[in-house]
Amino acid sequence: MASETAVASGDRAIGSSGAPATRASFFSTAWLITRKDLVIEFRSREVVYTTLFFAVSCVLVFAFSFVKEGVAVQDAAAGILWIAIAFSGTLALGRAFERERQNDTLRALMLTPVDRPAVYLGKLVGVLALLAVVEIIVTPLVALMFGAPVFDHALMLAALLASGTIGFAAVGTLFAAMLVRARSRDVLLPILLYPITIPVIIAGVRGTAVLFQTDVDLPMARLWLSMLVFFDVVFVTLALWTFEPAMTE
Amino acid sequence: MKKLFSPLLVITAVAFAYAPLAIQRAPYESTMGLVQKIFYFHVPSWMAMFLAASVCGIASGIFLFGGSKLYDRIALAGAELSVVFGLIGLITGPLWGRKAWGVWWQWDARLTSALVMWLIFVAYLLLRKYGGSGSEKLSAVLALFGMANVPFVYWSVNVWRTVHPKTSVVMTLEPDMGRPFLICALAFVSLCTLMLVTRVQLENRRAELDELYLALED
Amino acid sequence: MDFRSLTFTDVSRHFGRRRVLNKISLQCEAGEIVALLGSNGAGKSTLLSIAATLLDPSSGHVRYGGALARAGGAELRARIGVLGHDLSIYPELSAAENLRFFARVYGVSDVEGAVGAALRRAGLDQRDDPCGRFSRGMRQRLALERALLHGPRLVLLDEPFTGLDDAATEALRERLRELRTEGCIVLLATHDLETIDGLADRAVVLVGGRLVPIEEDGSGTLRERYRRAIHG
Repeated sequence: MASETAVASGDRAIGSSGAPATRASFFSTAWLITRKDLVIEFRSREVVYTTLFFAVSCVLVFAFSFVKEGVAVQDAAAGILWIAIAFSGTLALGRAFERERQNDTLRALMLTPVDRPAVYLGKLVGVLALLAVVEIIVTPLVALMFGAPVFDHALMLAALLASGTIGFAAVGTLFAAMLVRARSRDVLLPILLYPITIPVIIAGVRGTAVLFQTDVDLPMARLWLSMLVFFDVVFVTLALWTFEPAMTE
Repeated sequence: MKKLFSPLLVITAVAFAYAPLAIQRAPYESTMGLVQKIFYFHVPSWMAMFLAASVCGIASGIFLFGGSKLYDRIALAGAELSVVFGLIGLITGPLWGRKAWGVWWQWDARLTSALVMWLIFVAYLLLRKYGGSGSEKLSAVLALFGMANVPFVYWSVNVWRTVHPKTSVVMTLEPDMGRPFLICALAFVSLCTLMLVTRVQLENRRAELDELYLALED
Repeated sequence: MDFRSLTFTDVSRHFGRRRVLNKISLQCEAGEIVALLGSNGAGKSTLLSIAATLLDPSSGHVRYGGALARAGGAELRARIGVLGHDLSIYPELSAAENLRFFARVYGVSDVEGAVGAALRRAGLDQRDDPCGRFSRGMRQRLALERALLHGPRLVLLDEPFTGLDDAATEALRERLRELRTEGCIVLLATHDLETIDGLADRAVVLVGGRLVPIEEDGSGTLRERYRRAIHG
């Protein structure tokens, strides 16, 4: 036993020719992975186009359901925006990890000596970038179709969208990665994801709704925002912590 | 664990045998009348569900971070019982609510959190059943996330709206209502524990059977 | 962590009631190419996954030199190179980009130098296009170089000769001989007996989850000795 620990701690000295000099640090590994994902996505643009189209279709379908005699039901705009984000987010997550699954590259990443949580973080940031693109286009669209005052409190709205998306994507990235090797993964992802992200949806919709209503309730919006930020901190931490045990057999 | 079975069985049987008597003797509540007596089964079901859910959550956490397969079996048993007792709670609740307050469902903090928790455990079972091999660890993560989620769901729905009678209902009970309540609570909690123990035993036997099959090949 | 040897001691692995590996004991030395034979579903990939630390054995243990697998972690993974069935390269990226990404992730000290050398060895240094367009042989060569980029001491290959033409097969054989000279442990799973005949120093076959050694007494071709080993 003692010899094993001695070998393990002294391995850098014992290493043979061609030994790697430095292991990439946590954040640089995460950034490498994010950059790789963004380059790949930029080349094919498959996920971003299909997700965007899906989000827009979502908005339309809900618009037809909730608009009566040309006027949207109260608070419909906020709800529709967040539902579109949730549905298209689930789709994007599924597609992004399907790519990894087909090429077995997630396993290759698990084989490398990097910190496993760094892989999670890298994938998360990539998914966030994708969803940001979708939201930048869909939010003004919702404003247009429902006459919602998107630009009045743009910063607050952006903060709500950002923190809500981070919460949703944090849980979604972990679950999608976990499900890569599972059967029925396509239908299991929404089944697992939606109940857990209900607080995010509630906070996002209510926070956005109070921003869209005629007498804006900023303190309320701030309250919802702080809950979202707290949620993000708790669940990103939890995800970083459970990523390695979840992904290893 | 085996040693717990008989005493638990006795306690459960006695409590459930006595419960209807105690409930029948309990006084009628002033406004709701007979319907209020559903409460004696409704609240204890949720207590049992909460117990099973906590067991599932804790066992999942232990299993995920290096625990033996036994904890996974405990987690599975906990999840199944959460769904069962949660279902009882979800059925008795609206039955009571319809008669007492005129509505089947109210979107308040307690009800909605309970429903979400129940859904998470249903999702747990779906994952175990349809996720293929390796879904033990995945469901453990789900259970952990589910437990971490409870305060958030509760808080967010609470800020949204509140109608459900507060916990104080139990406290302001007359002593005559208190006794049947405690008996029913005991009955449900010991039933839950009994079923947990039995279910884990079943899974233990299954695992032993698998090992015997494997040993047979040698 | 030295990689002078790779030792499996009574390694078993089962999935539910299905026992895939049954008390496998095997020792591979540095500078040795060991061929792992067996029909499809015999458990070759499972054994390789265990060697790669991707899978834990249900019982028994694996030692890398003197150290147990569990003690290793990241340091262990840094010295293992794996070429799986599915190649694990990104089809949307070019060959150089794939190699550069993995070189950086593995923390290789001279990224451009290593990438350039790997591209030249794979014969892909003139190609700039996404490797999704490559032929199977080219992708295989790229995947092999990707697996060897960080100078691993233990090389695990799962069916590396699948879909390769004669030139590519010979190139791979040559590469494996180079690795043997450098003192690596090479463990490769294949059902292509003709190709590894004369290449592998030793061959073992998985039958019914158990490991059966194949005689190295030169009495006939590998296929004949293989048949003898299987049929007792």
